[in-house]
Amino acid sequence: MSAEAALRVEQVGHRFGTRAALDDVSLDVGRGRFAALLGPNGAGKTTLFSVITRLYNNQTGRVSIFGHALDREPSRALARLGVVFQARTLDTDLTVEQNLLYHASLHGIARSAGKERVGVLLDRVGLADRRHDKVRTLSGGQSRRIEIARSLIHRPDLLLLDEPTVGLDLESRADIVAIVRALVREEGLSVLWATHIFEEISPDDDAIVLHRGRIVARGRAGDIGAPGEALADAFRRIVAEPGRVAA
Amino acid sequence: MTAPTHVSTPVAPVIDRAASARIGRLDSVGYLICLGGIVRRELLRFFNQKERFFSALVRPLVWLFIFAAGFRNTLGVSIEPPYQTYVLYEVYVVPGLAVMIQLFNGMQSSLSMVYDREVGSMKVLLTSPYPRWLLLLAKLIAGVAVSVVQAYAFLAVAYFWETDIPPLGYLTALPAFLASGLMLGAIGLFLSSLVRQLENFASVMNFVIFPMFFASSALYPLWRIRESSETLYWICELNPFSHAVQLVRFALYVQFEPVACAVVVGVTLAFFGMAVVAYDPGRGIMARRGGPAGETP
Repeated sequence: MSAEAALRVEQVGHRFGTRAALDDVSLDVGRGRFAALLGPNGAGKTTLFSVITRLYNNQTGRVSIFGHALDREPSRALARLGVVFQARTLDTDLTVEQNLLYHASLHGIARSAGKERVGVLLDRVGLADRRHDKVRTLSGGQSRRIEIARSLIHRPDLLLLDEPTVGLDLESRADIVAIVRALVREEGLSVLWATHIFEEISPDDDAIVLHRGRIVARGRAGDIGAPGEALADAFRRIVAEPGRVAA
Repeated sequence: MTAPTHVSTPVAPVIDRAASARIGRLDSVGYLICLGGIVRRELLRFFNQKERFFSALVRPLVWLFIFAAGFRNTLGVSIEPPYQTYVLYEVYVVPGLAVMIQLFNGMQSSLSMVYDREVGSMKVLLTSPYPRWLLLLAKLIAGVAVSVVQAYAFLAVAYFWETDIPPLGYLTALPAFLASGLMLGAIGLFLSSLVRQLENFASVMNFVIFPMFFASSALYPLWRIRESSETLYWICELNPFSHAVQLVRFALYVQFEPVACAVVVGVTLAFFGMAVVAYDPGRGIMARRGGPAGETP
């Protein structure tokens, strides 16, 4: 593990009552890397995201973002982090700009600076013309693009996306993937992308497979399966094997 | 593998580390920006829901115009502070109805916290790098701002109904309304941490709002209640809502009620403290109750 990982999760465990949602999970997201977190529904992806975003304290283990431990320096750690949650979390009665400025204020960005940022980000996600429209008038794909713009408003260096393309049509999905990949390629953003849609993953991405709260495989996405085996097939085989745990 | 099909036109970099490492501030100015932003969002939401404003206004006016008018002759109120003479029942009931607006508003804010948690916008709020107490305080202040506006809107209508409030009273009541709004908002904030789902909110109505309102000095002076039941009298005395009503009642007649003030401040601090603990990621409800579907038992 490199010393300067964008995100470092070390031996994190989390239980809801008697059930272990996460068990001894460790992973790194390198700077400027696109890391895919793969797992079937209920694997623990959302719980892991909740721990990384400090909605829950990690009960065991340690999370740090650019070297800032989440439990000791939560403000510094969260200031470097942008998040797109699985559920749609925009205020539908407010305009796009009002939503983004609200989020800017949550990060201590004054209105004038915030408005400037909103312009830059809406250009980036291709929705500058919808700035003063209410969110309820946007399509699902457009709302998602606004949520990506929102997650970037405070110039984070690490972006977490929890199944951001669920429920979107093919074209919108491709748009979202392209926008985020461009940010990684052109601006060195580090990304942890939770998904169970294999088409969104490139062979060069880092991949981590989470199953029943444990990491069962990790490595370069193209190397996860046996030679010649597609990632999707490898994934199905891995999660079908009882008790498999990655070395 | 999906080929990138959407590539935006060349634009300014969105991260732009060279320009400045961060544009947000984590200092005291940042605290104020964050606080202001949350209050602003709540007000925007409030003004987008005009029916909420009117329904909050209609409820006490129905009490005043119909209920109080009907009881006018049966329920004369004898001389007791802050009144210096016999007062009509509708005069007596006005402060209680104004604070009732704040009670409903406090619970409404609590309801919106539960809703925020269900739809996920609470998660967005809590990923702010500022401390949790500041985020909750901002929510509380926003709710109080709305409730004070509503209470004064009610007083403005009630003005035409022989309420006998001295002009200066409208000014001296402001801090009392702020204090009672904070107390009822803090209770609502704490309750929001106990309610897991929106559907359970009906029980909050049954077990919190109605008992608090009826077992208080809002509708009848406590000596009257004591005449019929000593136990009920003590329940009303211990009800913090009674003290909020008395604080406002005295302030409207340019008087200060120290015991009521102490109770209101104490209850506010206690419930706000408990809400902060409840929303703490390590100890509170977010850890126990906020588990995602499919990953919780």
